[in-house]
Amino acid sequence: MQSQLLLQLIINGLIIGTLYGVVGMCFVLIYKASQVVNFAQGEFLLIGAWTCWWLLTAWNIPFFWGFLIAVVFMMAFGMAVQMVILRPLIGEPIISVIMVTIGMSIFFQALMKWMFGTFAQPFPPIFPVEKVDVLGLQVQTAYLMSTGVSLAIMAGFAWFFKYSKMGLAMRATAFSQQVAQSLGISVRQVFALSWGISASVSAIAGVVVGIVNGVSSALSYFGIKVFPAVILGGLDSIFGAVVGGLIVGLLENLGQYVDSQFLKWGNLYEIIPFYALIIILMIKPYGLFGTRDIERV
Amino acid sequence: MAEAALKLEPVADIGAAPLLSVDNIEVVYNDVILVLRGLSLKVPQGQIVALLGSNGAGKSTTLKAISGLLKTEDGEITRGEVNFLGEKINGIEPDKIVRRGIFQVMEGRRIIADMTVLENLRLGAFTRHDNEVKSDIERVYEYFPRLRERTGLAGYLSGGEQQMLAIGRAMMARPKLILMDEPSMGLSPLMVKEVFAIIKRLNAEWGVTILLVEQNARVALSIADYGYIMEQGKIVLDGSAEMLQTNEDVKEFYLGQGGGEERKSFKNLKSFKRRKRWL
Repeated sequence: MQSQLLLQLIINGLIIGTLYGVVGMCFVLIYKASQVVNFAQGEFLLIGAWTCWWLLTAWNIPFFWGFLIAVVFMMAFGMAVQMVILRPLIGEPIISVIMVTIGMSIFFQALMKWMFGTFAQPFPPIFPVEKVDVLGLQVQTAYLMSTGVSLAIMAGFAWFFKYSKMGLAMRATAFSQQVAQSLGISVRQVFALSWGISASVSAIAGVVVGIVNGVSSALSYFGIKVFPAVILGGLDSIFGAVVGGLIVGLLENLGQYVDSQFLKWGNLYEIIPFYALIIILMIKPYGLFGTRDIERV
Repeated sequence: MAEAALKLEPVADIGAAPLLSVDNIEVVYNDVILVLRGLSLKVPQGQIVALLGSNGAGKSTTLKAISGLLKTEDGEITRGEVNFLGEKINGIEPDKIVRRGIFQVMEGRRIIADMTVLENLRLGAFTRHDNEVKSDIERVYEYFPRLRERTGLAGYLSGGEQQMLAIGRAMMARPKLILMDEPSMGLSPLMVKEVFAIIKRLNAEWGVTILLVEQNARVALSIADYGYIMEQGKIVLDGSAEMLQTNEDVKEFYLGQGGGEERKSFKNLKSFKRRKRWL
């Protein structure tokens, strides 16, 4: 029975871990392309999930279309945030930019509470069955969907950065903005697009989590959980973000197992990723896959 | 009658105008440091024009003023004009200048180290929307056969190969004008020869106009049609490549020939310094 529980927790860890990985990639995308540490990443999940929820409940739009509209809206929203709020800050000290993203985080969170209230709202039922049986384990259908969606997003990212023109342009911009401009790449466009992609993909993760847990401001907590994930993996590595996400997801669930079976502290689940973060930073200050000279940026 | 004649005049002028003309530009860095003080030059269609001079003369700044990359370094054209194809281009964003057909191969190559050779080449064609990119990559490989064999990251290429990749990347953009900044930098004499032969071939076979900045005056003048010599932010001498190669001053100060006996005395060394400014 206990090994059954352990296995269940490992599966849960991997499922949540892929979601952390996806949000981590979004965070790294913004950091790499525009050198902004975005403290409002979690709010992108929140706004995306509320938008989708609102379309579904207030307008009775089928899930597929509501989801699609929310993602497109978040693309535009992310680009608008970059163009209106962050573009004028280009060239300002990094600390000013960080303060602005923290301010955005507080503002959007308050805005969402004001518009939709403070209580968690459940999504209307989307799948005919709530749980399915996978190899003798009970897995929520939404989680199964979330893993599928996450893997598809990761594959999409890999393709985008390897083969698409815009993906190459983003990598060139991350390498050197001057070189990118000398190749005819508009750095402004790259900045805006990276924020747009990041916000829309985060929104997908937000909707998935919202389906399982209901939509509430707790969603933006994801944005904080993503920090240990991306710092573990190395701030400037998209692949590292995925690995870091999986590690954090597993650690959380294993922490819960150890806690419930042996320690009985009751909160290891919450803090173990941050313990791991401290230990890894002591051994590998640039993260598992980070570039060594990153601090010079 | 008089009116008709007036209307015809500008048409004739544009026909005769050079591909690129830089008219009396002044460039200031960080709002205070004056680097170019009234520089003018012309680059006719289809030629190789060399811009020569010593360290700190403002050669690279001139190229960046043309390509617009000056903006990324806090520099600004405060006076004068840069005209390309009869249109004023100073003040335009650098990526839009690339779209107009000016491509700068920056000093130190600046290839993207964490990408493969192929990815670097594909990025060169970023501004293009035709479907001949693949065949152009093949054409680049014909010029630089050794790049075809390099499948790893571009950062691991040798200096000469990186220079070849930088030139290949410029070819991928199919520009009308390539600005080349010190292609000989850090290369072995043999590699310099090879690279310059390819630059000459590129000019002859692709018909691309080249403005070449070099410290190595001898090799630059050997492939150039026309040359400008600049010092302290100004052009001090210009003429056809043959004329510059035989000019006594150029021979002495840039080609390291002549002078001989007389330079051994201190008295003449003084005159060397004075004469070096051509003023």
